[in-house]
Amino acid sequence: MARFSGVDFYEIDSLLSEEERQIRDHVRGWVEDRYLPLVERAYEEAYFPAEVIPEIAEMGLLGATLPEKYGCAGVNALAYGLAMQELERGDSGLRSFASVQGSLAMYPIYAYGSEAQRMKWLPRMAKGELVGCFGLTEPDFGSNPAGMITRAERKVGGYVLNGAKMWITNGTIADLAIVWAKLRDEDTGRDDIHGFILEKGMKGFSAPEQKRKHSLRASVTSELILQDVVVPEENLLPDAVGLKGPLGCLSQARFGIAFGVVGSAMACFHAAAEYSKSRVQFGRPIGGFQLVQERLADMLTQITQAQLLCVQLGRLKERGTVRTEQISLAKRNNCEMALEVAREARDVLGANGITAEYPVMRHMCNLESVKTYEGTHNIHTLVLGEAITGIAAYR
Amino acid sequence: MIQVVCIKQVADSETRVKIGADGKSLDPSGVTWILNPYDEFAVEQALRVKEKLGAGEVIAVSLGGAGVQATLRNVLAMGADRAIHLKTNSPADPLQAARALAAAIRDLGAQIVWFGRQAIDDDAAQVGPMTAELLQLPCVTSIASFELEGTTATVERDIEGGREVVEVTLPAALTTDKGLNEPRYASLKGIMAAKKKPIDERPLELGEAGLEVVSLALPAARSAGRIVGQGTAAVPELLRVLREEARVL
Repeated sequence: MARFSGVDFYEIDSLLSEEERQIRDHVRGWVEDRYLPLVERAYEEAYFPAEVIPEIAEMGLLGATLPEKYGCAGVNALAYGLAMQELERGDSGLRSFASVQGSLAMYPIYAYGSEAQRMKWLPRMAKGELVGCFGLTEPDFGSNPAGMITRAERKVGGYVLNGAKMWITNGTIADLAIVWAKLRDEDTGRDDIHGFILEKGMKGFSAPEQKRKHSLRASVTSELILQDVVVPEENLLPDAVGLKGPLGCLSQARFGIAFGVVGSAMACFHAAAEYSKSRVQFGRPIGGFQLVQERLADMLTQITQAQLLCVQLGRLKERGTVRTEQISLAKRNNCEMALEVAREARDVLGANGITAEYPVMRHMCNLESVKTYEGTHNIHTLVLGEAITGIAAYR
Repeated sequence: MIQVVCIKQVADSETRVKIGADGKSLDPSGVTWILNPYDEFAVEQALRVKEKLGAGEVIAVSLGGAGVQATLRNVLAMGADRAIHLKTNSPADPLQAARALAAAIRDLGAQIVWFGRQAIDDDAAQVGPMTAELLQLPCVTSIASFELEGTTATVERDIEGGREVVEVTLPAALTTDKGLNEPRYASLKGIMAAKKKPIDERPLELGEAGLEVVSLALPAARSAGRIVGQGTAAVPELLRVLREEARVL
């Protein structure tokens, strides 16, 4: 198959700075040379190829938008998004690793942590020496995180946490977990959600891996179990009170997903287009038949639309004016788009589409998760519904 | 220590090249340009030397049209400190290129001048040794390992059936072969920093050309194969065809 050289039907490159293009192209080159040779086996045998962590850290892909002061690259939002696109062209599991480390573990420490917490954790996380995870979702509270049962109780010098989290990317391999739990405000008597930094090895804290997945197989998914875990005062994130803390992190991560899935879609489109030109049936390449051409035309159109959405989303984020519902629109649209492209590509490849010879089925199975995690498709629909009508359907 | 790396921008080997209307140059439309892969080893080794010494400067030099700056920027992103762009829109033959490079490098005080062993477009493998000669520097070509001790470099070269170990006293010119190292990927930070690093742009008048490319042609399309039969019964006929028609036996 011809080497992947991007999808750019609308000269979208001309909307990017030279630096943004260079960052994207370097990440693309790395994925092609270093990651793609590993991924099929990792997916089949269901493990995260952890040997890539130092390499993506060395490139500066962990917490890439955070300031250089903390050992991060300090790139702009669009460059970061394009890097996520390229990582996910490799595999959603790889992009998930980077998203969770950067947006869900490093970002809350940066945004809600004290300067001492930032200096303690961020440089080592940027280097990939420490892996982080994010515990919000619970077995019985997914789309409705406000209902969580995980709870912190004050005790001398800190807190005691009890509860359980589920569907936690990186959980088992994580050195620290940002865990969100309810804590009673002594003055108001009200429960507020707070973020705590839990460290591997704390008594009563375990993170067993969730096995038997048919999706995101090259990624670690875990439960977090908290039984009377004693967390010192210094591990409370001081500046996050209420659900807006974790939701702020999710906005960061969803931004990366909106770009990332375009990468998956590109991988599938590329595979389908190349296959259609070489697969001969009835005496000609199947790409010469109208039904196949229509599919390819639809895929290209959808990818192009999603790319343009991403560029503007990136610019809005750089300006600091982006609204969460705009991120919802892009996450919702692009995940659905990528899933459709993957399914159509699988169909173009016929029986070959289900094999590990091609990346299509792997992406397709991954995207079923990506559509659901970090705010399901349906929840983002309701976010948009509220933005349009002013009436929240889910509260 | 000052090190100079001479680099060339070439068409990506994945690009399906087309021959231009003049019949003797490439049609640049639709070509993806990359850093010559052999030059990547040169850049990487220069950066490693600088990192090991903890000080020094790595200067990238290239000649060509405006587009060359994108490749120079990549080398700056990998970690080179500054770049010199010898600007010309005319194609240069190896000696013209060597003269231009030698003139640009002469006063830089370089201890090592690095080159890739050859460019993957014209495969001439001449510019390195010619530039060395013009600068009156000792030159070791196609090095596959590199050790530096003071002002003496010990390098190994892959030669037919074995390895040759050569000691060379700096200043020297070295051309790099595959296997010397594994070139790094530019980091996001490196790419950001490269934007601020200087590219010194100098207009270049090429001297008289000594070579002229008369024509370029793509390899002839391979003719279709022929099936001479099936199973063991076909072996005698296959042998006859190989012996009498293809004359490979």
